[in-house]
Amino acid sequence: MLAEKFTLSDLIEIMRARAGVAEGVRLDTAIGDTSFLELGYDSLAVLEIQARIAERVGVSMPDDAVSRMPTPNAAVEFVNQQLAQGR
Amino acid sequence: MSEPGTPIAVVTGMSAVTAIGVGLETYWANLLDGACGIRPLSRFDTTGYPTRLGAEVVDFDSRAVPGRLVVQTDRWTHFGLWAGEQALAHAGLDPAQLPGYALSVHTASSSGGNEFGQHEMQGLWSVGPQRVGAYQSIAWFYAATTGQLSIRHGMKGWCGVLVAEQAGGLDTCAQAQRALAQGSAVVLTGATEAPLAPAVLTCHIASRLVSTADDPQRAYLPFDEAANGFLPGEGGAMLVVEPADRARTRGAHRYGVIAGHAATFDPRPGSDRPPRLRHAVEQALDDADARPGDIDVVFADAHGSRPADQAEARALTEVFGRCGVPVTTTKAATGRLAAGSPALDVVTALLAMRDGVLPHVVNVHRPAVDLDLVLGAPRPARPRTALVLARGYAGFNSALVVRAPEPDPRHPGSTEQGTASSAQ
Repeated sequence: MLAEKFTLSDLIEIMRARAGVAEGVRLDTAIGDTSFLELGYDSLAVLEIQARIAERVGVSMPDDAVSRMPTPNAAVEFVNQQLAQGR
Repeated sequence: MSEPGTPIAVVTGMSAVTAIGVGLETYWANLLDGACGIRPLSRFDTTGYPTRLGAEVVDFDSRAVPGRLVVQTDRWTHFGLWAGEQALAHAGLDPAQLPGYALSVHTASSSGGNEFGQHEMQGLWSVGPQRVGAYQSIAWFYAATTGQLSIRHGMKGWCGVLVAEQAGGLDTCAQAQRALAQGSAVVLTGATEAPLAPAVLTCHIASRLVSTADDPQRAYLPFDEAANGFLPGEGGAMLVVEPADRARTRGAHRYGVIAGHAATFDPRPGSDRPPRLRHAVEQALDDADARPGDIDVVFADAHGSRPADQAEARALTEVFGRCGVPVTTTKAATGRLAAGSPALDVVTALLAMRDGVLPHVVNVHRPAVDLDLVLGAPRPARPRTALVLARGYAGFNSALVVRAPEPDPRHPGSTEQGTASSAQ
């Protein structure tokens, strides 16, 4: 079943639970346009975040999904595009 | 270890994570106090398991581990990350200030990231591949703790992991010495383990060597008349090893010297040839240039099953004579920690030298072997040389000799022993 809409707070919940929070980073601040790398997430972490998003919202992600979500805001936008296409 | 040009390997930092205490001095004080960490397992429902006890570490706060690493590593690596950081701090070292390629990490691991791996496999078989996390690729396998310590502290020299069940915990200390011989300035070594998850505990139980007793104080009684198997535990120890010259130059406290090591392997099951523990002991003594009479205390493998206890007592009697050396073990207090125990025993031996006391074997009152076991209470002593033994499931044997710190050539006759307690 597809979710209605994927939000930044959904994403942050997944980041916190499944990829952890780096030292000195606060996910409750304005992080939407900060790159995942700057937030302390390496490519494996982004892969894990993407896999959990796919499971949560019920869309399958294309192989290049990781490269299309450099920041949290980009990720939210990309996921909502995928949701719209799947509807 | 006495080949010309080989640096003398000294221990300059230590840490411990055990069921009787998290942190070096807490562990040591509780060990001398006779604490026993064996208790009902609480991390999963043990209903239906023949073994429901173990030496679980209940007061480790995973918030002490960096947030990103907590979720991407197993509990065994959490212990290793924390203990590694503690050992480096204890040695007064900041790896960031040192050349990365001269820093090594060598740990041992007997079963890797059990709990993490099982969780992912449960996801695979109950939901499907999409449930398996990306971190499964790096969390379960034996080298994970070494790798994470290497990355975290920028320790980019020769790094590795040894897998030899219990014996690996001593073999890795010898590996640290080899790393110094190859030019490493600092080696972080030792082992931690976390084998109290359902699948790995089931593997232990299948060996039929695990105690099924219900009373925590009577469940793991190595060398006792009532010995009926071992109990696994969580935790272990990490050590910082440096060349003696380097440690002396930077004014670091030296807790002891890794003086000699040997590893052997038993004949196949059913063979009429004897087990090879005795040969490991003899070769380790040779390697340390020591005679049996030089050994002041033995930290035994202390398996806790009658045949294994008898075999170890026989090997010790053949080398040291009847009741020829004090014998003790930490395992009745901490559980059997696979590779973690021998590393912890090296640490414990060095603390015994520092404080002039031999820890006793808790809960054992009626020995079934002819050994000079340290029982009832800690025994005042002035140990200068200790032998640590480990046997790994399926035939691994390892023996390591550690000595009190070597005298400082600038102050002949001084051994540091008299001033050791002021440096705690």
